Amino acid sequence: MPKRSDIKKVLVIGSGPIVIGQAAEFDYAGTQACRSLKEEGVEVVLINSNPATIMTDKDIADKVYIEPLTVDVVKKVILKERPDSVLPTLGGQAGLNIGMELEECGFLKENHVRLIGTTSLTIKKAEDRLEFKNTMEKIGEPIAASTVVTEVEAAVAFADEIGYPVVIRPAYTLGGSGGGIAHDREELEDICANGLRLSRVGQCLIERCIAGWKEIEYEVMRDSAGNCITVCNMENIDPVGVHTGDSIVVAPSQTLADKEYQMLRTSALNIITELNITGGCNVQYALKPDSFEYCVIEVNPRVSRSSALASKATGYPIAKVAAKIALGYTLDEIPNAITKKTYASFEPALDYCVVKIPRLPFDKFIMAKRTLTTQMKATGEVMSICTNFEGALMKALRSLEQHVDSLESLGVYDGFDREMMEEELHKVDDRRIFAIAEALRMGIAMEEIHEITQIDLWFIDKIAVLVEMEDRLKKEELTEELLREAKRIEFPDAVIARLSGKAEAEVKKMRCDLGITAAFKMVDTCAAEFAASTPYYYSCFGSENEVSGEKTRKRIMVLGSGPIRIGQGIEFDYCSVHSVWAFSKKGYETIIVNNNPETVSTDFDIADKLYFEPLTPEDVENIVRLEKPDGAVVQFGGQTAIKLTQALMEMGVKILGTSAKDVDAAEDRELFDEILEECCIPRPAGKTVFTTEEALKAANELGYPVLVRPSYVLGGQGMQIAVSDEDVREFMAIINRYAQEHPILVDKYLMGKEVEVDAVCDGTDIVIPGIMEHVERAGIHSGDSISVYPAQNISEKMQRVIVDYTGKLAKSLHVIGLINIQFIVYQDEVYVIEVNPRSSRTVPYISKVTGIPIVDLASHVILGETLRDLGYTPGLQPLSKYIAIKMPVFSFEKIRGADVNLGPEMKSTGECLGISEHFNEALYKAFLGSGVSLPKHKKMIITVKDADKLEAVEIARRFKKFGYEIFATKGTAKVLNEHGILAIPIHKIEQEAPTLMDLLLDHQIDLVIDIPNQGLEKAKDGFLIRRTAIETGVTVLTSLDTANALITSLENEKEEEHELTVIDIAAVK
Amino acid sequence: MKAFLILEDGTVFTGTSIGVQKEVISEIVFNTSMTGYLEVLTDPSYAGQAVTMTYPLIGNYGICYQDMESEQAWPDGFIVRELSRRSSNFRREDDLETFLVQQGIPGIAGIDTRALTKILREKGTMNGMITTREISDLGEVLPQIKEYSPKGVVRRVTCKEKRTFVPGELGSEEVPVKKKAALMDFGTKKNIVRSLLNRGCEVTVYPAYTQAEEILGDKPDGIMLSNGPGDPKECVEIIEEIKKLSASSVPIFAICLGHQLMALASGADTHKMKYGHRGANHPVKDLETGRVYLSSQNHGYVVDEAAFDKEKAEISFRNVNDGTVEGVRYRGKKIFTVQFHPEACAGPLDSAFLFDKFIEMM
Repeated sequence: MPKRSDIKKVLVIGSGPIVIGQAAEFDYAGTQACRSLKEEGVEVVLINSNPATIMTDKDIADKVYIEPLTVDVVKKVILKERPDSVLPTLGGQAGLNIGMELEECGFLKENHVRLIGTTSLTIKKAEDRLEFKNTMEKIGEPIAASTVVTEVEAAVAFADEIGYPVVIRPAYTLGGSGGGIAHDREELEDICANGLRLSRVGQCLIERCIAGWKEIEYEVMRDSAGNCITVCNMENIDPVGVHTGDSIVVAPSQTLADKEYQMLRTSALNIITELNITGGCNVQYALKPDSFEYCVIEVNPRVSRSSALASKATGYPIAKVAAKIALGYTLDEIPNAITKKTYASFEPALDYCVVKIPRLPFDKFIMAKRTLTTQMKATGEVMSICTNFEGALMKALRSLEQHVDSLESLGVYDGFDREMMEEELHKVDDRRIFAIAEALRMGIAMEEIHEITQIDLWFIDKIAVLVEMEDRLKKEELTEELLREAKRIEFPDAVIARLSGKAEAEVKKMRCDLGITAAFKMVDTCAAEFAASTPYYYSCFGSENEVSGEKTRKRIMVLGSGPIRIGQGIEFDYCSVHSVWAFSKKGYETIIVNNNPETVSTDFDIADKLYFEPLTPEDVENIVRLEKPDGAVVQFGGQTAIKLTQALMEMGVKILGTSAKDVDAAEDRELFDEILEECCIPRPAGKTVFTTEEALKAANELGYPVLVRPSYVLGGQGMQIAVSDEDVREFMAIINRYAQEHPILVDKYLMGKEVEVDAVCDGTDIVIPGIMEHVERAGIHSGDSISVYPAQNISEKMQRVIVDYTGKLAKSLHVIGLINIQFIVYQDEVYVIEVNPRSSRTVPYISKVTGIPIVDLASHVILGETLRDLGYTPGLQPLSKYIAIKMPVFSFEKIRGADVNLGPEMKSTGECLGISEHFNEALYKAFLGSGVSLPKHKKMIITVKDADKLEAVEIARRFKKFGYEIFATKGTAKVLNEHGILAIPIHKIEQEAPTLMDLLLDHQIDLVIDIPNQGLEKAKDGFLIRRTAIETGVTVLTSLDTANALITSLENEKEEEHELTVIDIAAVK
Repeated sequence: MKAFLILEDGTVFTGTSIGVQKEVISEIVFNTSMTGYLEVLTDPSYAGQAVTMTYPLIGNYGICYQDMESEQAWPDGFIVRELSRRSSNFRREDDLETFLVQQGIPGIAGIDTRALTKILREKGTMNGMITTREISDLGEVLPQIKEYSPKGVVRRVTCKEKRTFVPGELGSEEVPVKKKAALMDFGTKKNIVRSLLNRGCEVTVYPAYTQAEEILGDKPDGIMLSNGPGDPKECVEIIEEIKKLSASSVPIFAICLGHQLMALASGADTHKMKYGHRGANHPVKDLETGRVYLSSQNHGYVVDEAAFDKEKAEISFRNVNDGTVEGVRYRGKKIFTVQFHPEACAGPLDSAFLFDKFIEMM
């Protein structure tokens, strides 16, 4: 069937801010789909509140609305733009929910707009637990015995009937929010009550526990003619019980015989057919390990994290094909972009093995529970490709950038005996694979490990192969045969050296002398059956190289930013992709190296060549030897890329843009101090230390409070405000968990206004698109602060100083390209607190709101052009007509045990933007987009540390005036009442009931303002209150500045709601 | 132990010996299925060939004997990148290595199967030798390798005497017998028989060289022509019998070699493909409905469209990738044939409905 002629203008709904369970994969899918639609001549209107995405660029869609993703706002966009169709299947669960609400309320019909890509009936059949159950029963597809409940009592009754343990899955939540496994009545009541509250429709599914079964996924596609194919199947190494997003996953399945493989494939096709899906769909199965019995766990009638993984694993562009299907094409009409000989109705055949490992945030939330459950916790993931499983696992491990280069490097099992190790194996957490390796080293039998973990013996044996190799390297002489085998299963030179007691250089030399070098292979969707020309490569050893390094143009290598983690998110992918496009336009051949399957940068048609590889010196060197790039760019790939600078230079690769020496100067405290002194720029007094003793001495000399942090880190990792010696001791211990190559910084903490600037420098001139001001005062990480462009409360004089300092610093550091500087304005003085000669988190947002393509400019400058050539007048650029407010978004409810108290270490996972000509409207939109909605009760709890009590009075007064009933802890209540604000005093947790906790659990509270003391809070009280609030869905603010912003927004809410205007940001010049 | 694969173009791959240590010369082909190595090994259509699996990890789930598609393994050799040292599956009875030894099949592991596949793709299917002998002078063996041609393979794989199966046998469902089917065994896979049994047929399997008169004399309600190995044009006598069968009014459904033989019997032609279709992911389009099905395929020869008499027959299925003939419907007769394998094993079950169609014709 050819393209439908009645689809001319399509509204694509994005997925909004990045939260755990809904991440960069939707930017990848959305970007690909928008390009696919535009290629067909369709006008694309896009709405997504996330400014860090590539899909919200004017190059990707014709009209771009960075607006809150609520039904009302989407309605406004539809009324303004009048699209004929809405495509809701690319924006994850968020997009799907909005599409469905628009359809259900009759709005689409009234306005003659149709849903494409799916129907509301399809969504309902797949997403509504009861409908899903009925549909599966109708076509005879087994699901685990289950029932849908709307109250806890019904759940308990059902569990009594089928027996514990049972699984609880709330309906319409993403990443399995609020779900879990209950082993007894108490747990069931707890989890179910929480799940009911989180579910959009107040429903939970209670089902038979199938934990321990194999978890298998199929990615299937179907067109309007009913043709179906499976793109890929995947096997989770972790059995059912761990969310697939938190599991180590391998593609294709490894332990299924053709009978099981085809049984589930047929089932998946039956399901997609019955659901009448047109596009992509993900079906998850539990397969009983000792029979053919299986259950359908879940169906996602849209693109998903798994579809992004399947696309990257096979080379089959699911989102692109789904968009074409939505336009009416059938699978046999859509050419396979990789082979150009086959069509989309071809099932990819793999001739390699793919391993995905989740990136979990426990390095950020060190107090959090590491246990993995059906509630997803990972912020990102890495993927690797190799011709064998062991190699793929090793490559994925070192791609994580978590101080791990093999299975033996965790080091947490020192001194464990056999019994303790067996105990350890029972823990289902992110370290399980390391525990298995350690258990094997101790001689615990594979069968016993399998018995405990339920992980298939095939995988355990593969881990054993790796452990045996460690042992051989330790005990045997390093012969050619042994070295070849170690490299075949991807042992890095450093690990081989460590184990065999040699120097890394020695191992490398031996390898090169023997010709043991990496070969590169192509991902071609067809296992070499057809000739393909797509430049998507992976490395392996012991094979023939099939990639030519032949060069016709100058070649630039762009280093990507690896897995998404708190502190290094999607914005760096935005920068990498834009630089690739800029270099490409200038006629250069581009190479991108990255290992993140969720991102746009690893789409095979972004750069001229894509290397899906770990970002370590050795892996990058393999590529360098083949490709001999004329230069490499590290300033766009976050800390991951920056860390490779030294190694690249040693390989003889020219670093384009700011030199390594100058990058170093910005990070090295002594060098940096010299530069500041030369420029006469003040910074808060500080010292560099290595030991706890030195740190204590420094802190006492400077006077508390002080900031303690490691150098060369991103996202304020490990940064804390210390108010006492005790704090310093504790923080130093945490930082020194990993051996520090670089010194630790102890600085005086100044409580001023924080201001941030991104600038482009060509060596002579600088262009500053704008000055951003943080709502929260210094002390809260810039990534967690509300950021306002243009600065609202910084005097012109101070602004001039900031511009002056920025210019001086950029020139002194010889910046060619991007620079990001953070300042504190304190008592009419400007202090520099941090300089990053590279791209930053704010680059995408400031580019979009000012219309100045910063990455593009930086790329041109890197190639030698000047800002004046590019048509820019140096200095601070004229103000945009719009005010843009960047609001951080957190995923605290997903991480049990994580403290929500904001501080110098970044904790947010994503962001959204509020943009308007007026400050109040921008603020309102920003809160709306971040999902802070304060429901009906208008009851709040305030508890403020002594120092801030007076400041809290005015804020409390405004909440009171707005109609809030205020509860407060004794001290806070006393101060409020003294100032004439009625506050009901309540007991702290340890006091007699009713306490704060009872109040929270009563579900009457909408908001908690809790301003704790800085430093590691010793009282478990505050922590418990904040956690309980987050877990019961209550908004928690830990900064008075944020509270102030929120009440301002609320005060204007009525007005803004009616008057809200939506802005096409693609039209911003 | 070291093993070598020597191709007729002089390329040598060095790997490790698997299975039995025996020197063989055979036609080297590749299969892109990611699962189903046992089904591939026991598919009689591979007689006279050595199979390379493009998926690199083979043997992961071991051997489940009930998945065998015939009584033995047929390929002359088996070529893999990595043979799993441990196999794991609840039905596993043996390791693949044990099976290869037991079946007397030599093989080679540890070679770059993708590089091999690319050679076969670019230069076409060619002969090769698997050996554990270090051969210093290739000139010695290359003429011998080039000379090889798989001959008389149908005679090797077909059953020796006719045998009747009823539902319930071969692991099929015990359904009441409604029809009587005759199956000409040119190297049939068990699942063809099973597919008919499951649909209520009593199935009589006839040796390939059975006279048409004998089959028709047994009064079947339908005749099935099976898959099988080799060059269809070699089967001159069989083609003559098929002509007689097609002159009767008994419905005929043919798969793979059967499909090619039926085409030859009706005056069409076949030719050898550059490197054939072997895998579980080939899309075929039903030209009547426009629907596309994923199919399991294993053929090196194809029905020639140019020499096709459009008066006598029409093309019913086409390969979406290369447009080759995948199915034929004969005008005015209850005869339809397909190049692909609706019985799957290994591969997708999408086109199993063709068996239903065949039963309806009876």
